[in-house]
Amino acid sequence: MSENRPEKKKKKEPISDRRRFILNMARGAGIATVGGLVWSAYVDEVTASELVLRPPGALKEDDFLKTCIKCGLCVEACPYDTLLLAKPGDNKPLGTPYFVPRDIPCYMCPDIPCVPVCPTGALDESSVTTDEKLDINIADMGLAVVDEESCIAFWGIQCDACYRACPILGKAITIEYEKNTRTGKHAFMKPIVHADACTGCGMCERACVTEKSAIMILPRETVTGKAGDYYIKGWDKEDEKRLENAKEIKTTTELSKKSAMDSLNDSLEDLY
Amino acid sequence: MKTLWNNYRYLFFRRLTQVGLLVLYFGANAWGWTLLMGNLSSSIILGIIPMSDPYAALQMLAAGAVLAVDLLIGVGVVTLLYFIIGGRAFCSWVCPINMITDAANFLRRKLGIDRIQGVKQPASRNLRYWVLALSLIISFIMGVTAFEFISPISMVHRGIVFGLGFGWAAMLIIFLFDLFILKNGWCGHICPLGGFYSLLGKFSLLRVHHIQENCTLCMKCKEVCPEHQVLHMIGKQTLPVLSGECTNCARCIEVCDDEALEFSIRKLAQNKITGE
Repeated sequence: MSENRPEKKKKKEPISDRRRFILNMARGAGIATVGGLVWSAYVDEVTASELVLRPPGALKEDDFLKTCIKCGLCVEACPYDTLLLAKPGDNKPLGTPYFVPRDIPCYMCPDIPCVPVCPTGALDESSVTTDEKLDINIADMGLAVVDEESCIAFWGIQCDACYRACPILGKAITIEYEKNTRTGKHAFMKPIVHADACTGCGMCERACVTEKSAIMILPRETVTGKAGDYYIKGWDKEDEKRLENAKEIKTTTELSKKSAMDSLNDSLEDLY
Repeated sequence: MKTLWNNYRYLFFRRLTQVGLLVLYFGANAWGWTLLMGNLSSSIILGIIPMSDPYAALQMLAAGAVLAVDLLIGVGVVTLLYFIIGGRAFCSWVCPINMITDAANFLRRKLGIDRIQGVKQPASRNLRYWVLALSLIISFIMGVTAFEFISPISMVHRGIVFGLGFGWAAMLIIFLFDLFILKNGWCGHICPLGGFYSLLGKFSLLRVHHIQENCTLCMKCKEVCPEHQVLHMIGKQTLPVLSGECTNCARCIEVCDDEALEFSIRKLAQNKITGE
């Protein structure tokens, strides 16, 4: 017993300053890494929401998330209580302003009270200004999309609720007449959304008479595609200008060096 | 009655400002009052004077946002304000979380939870500066204001003004954390906003001063202080509390029966003597 004691004491000898320093540094770095990764993962997750509609004049979503300070001044400025600040549980980037058009759409006030109050420029006044005057008609909050399956006008039932509700009536939504071949004597009156004029205010979505709105606002980025430089409207002088900035695209597909005859005579194996 | 007033006068005024500000902010959203609009992240007084959270602006800068002029003016106003009344005066006089953590701390003292946990606190108070640095790094890498998306301060304050949602959970987490896991856990160890204001508060003018000759070493002040390390001079030296971590909550002044602690403007000449 007495021989073992000194050994035990040796083990409990205080660690050297150098070791203490290194261990403390390692501990600090370890904790910072754990905290940093958990924190980053959370932030990445909560900012990933794509289907969120922003107030007029909002910067592109990436820049908006950087710039919005989440003060709610736009929400307070809105006279129709359209704008909301995302609460925990809303599953939207926390504290940022958004609106749900089916509940309360943007009524497109000509003086756009929500934009000039923004202290950070996350709502950019210049993006809703033409000739030094505020112009709500050029706002871009989203884009209306019609679900032709559930829109009763596409069934042949007469309805133009969205068309009538549209504040840019006749430009953002038009009615297209088409013969109803089922009855042979009626016309379809189909609402058509024009992306260049639609501001995404959502008054059409609010007005839609179907149980769940057949016309809905979605972020423009989500619902628009892009033809790219491969395809140009050759009959359109304006569109041809895109060629000036077009970048050369090289095809990287490797072509088979075998002769066509071989290909026909071989078994089908090389096709798979 | 008079001693009651003496012992709680600053606490009364602190609760009054904390609740009063909440009422003003709430009224702005609910009834269109214009005295104080927005929230603690950014607000505007009477539609004229902007105020913005400098720490939020710092994160925006790290995230790569372009800072607007209005924002910079607001940041200037807030920085100047806390330069005068003490950086962490925000923590004890404005921040709504303070009421939650004070409640947890009060219960901790009354229930004797410190005694079951022992004296040793498992975390360093410098943690907040690490969290502060980490928030800026994450803001830079992710391109978003990292702390603003998790901040229970904004969550609770925004919740009270604009609607709470699950914000009550954030309140409860902080309360239970401070009560059962770490004494002064959120405000005294983790909160990077407190850390930021601690750094700012190093230079601020309004200070608690200790007069050693009057001190009877009862140590009530150290017991009640949420940042007791700033009171290292108690009973030893006549010195102002110079650490930026002091929140100017004035609890120490209230509990002192010997007039050994008082508020006064920092004396620059004296600071030279002490080398601070």
